[in-house]
Amino acid sequence: MPTYRRITVVDDAGVSIVQFVDKKIVDSATIEQLGEELNSLVTVEKRNMLLLNFEGVEFMSSAALNKLISLNSKVKAAAGRLKLCSLRKEIKEVFVITRLDRVFDLRKSVEDAMESFKL
Amino acid sequence: MASIPISPFGAPEMSDSDSSWTLDKLLASDLEAGHAVIDALIAALESAGWLGRDLFHVQMAIEEAVVNAIEHGNRRDSSKQVHVLFHVSQDHAEMTITDQGEGFEHWNVADPTEDERLDKPRGRGVLLIRELMSESKYNDKGNSVWMLKRRSAEEESSEEESD
Repeated sequence: MPTYRRITVVDDAGVSIVQFVDKKIVDSATIEQLGEELNSLVTVEKRNMLLLNFEGVEFMSSAALNKLISLNSKVKAAAGRLKLCSLRKEIKEVFVITRLDRVFDLRKSVEDAMESFKL
Repeated sequence: MASIPISPFGAPEMSDSDSSWTLDKLLASDLEAGHAVIDALIAALESAGWLGRDLFHVQMAIEEAVVNAIEHGNRRDSSKQVHVLFHVSQDHAEMTITDQGEGFEHWNVADPTEDERLDKPRGRGVLLIRELMSESKYNDKGNSVWMLKRRSAEEESSEEESD
């Protein structure tokens, strides 16, 4: 199993719950590494049910958004499901402005997201 | 009285009368230098009492503008510089970022919110600057952006949005 530095992963009921190590996802080296680690969950570890828990994330740039879009494509290609939860109000607003709220399934809480995986 | 932010660029100009702060700096075209001035700007905003949504909006817009200037404008060319001019007070923040690149057709950026472009990486920074700032404007060439954020009259309550 690969070692991750930018994320932590916990498995629950067949879903990989991913949390971010960094409060602010801005540094380009951090974003690159984060992108590689997220992709590796799908391409190396063959996980395809992913929940990204944004609790504690204060800020992320559009470069980080691009990594999420790339992850979303990989999860779709693997016939999996990707959900995001617990986004700070302001970060959710960024998804709404960029209309990425139509691309991603945004959920209020881990519990809410886990329920929706059962559907 | 707001405390004077600690900046890597020496003592910032903070006038006693209106607690305003100005930074006028030429930067090398690397992201580390860019993030150092962004950190100084955020510290100045916090010292001037900015918080929450307003602070986040400025942070998002300045991040996009500075990274664009370094990466897409100057293409990280070490012989080129980025000029930043920031002015912060308790009720507004004004930022001008100018690079030495070729500029771009800012009036002709494809809408990144169209269905077929949602998964493409380009254009979101320009959109976010426009939407998050009170006012923003590019020069004709497109190598300089001016942004103004007026602070909200009252910080919005943290009411829960319904999903």
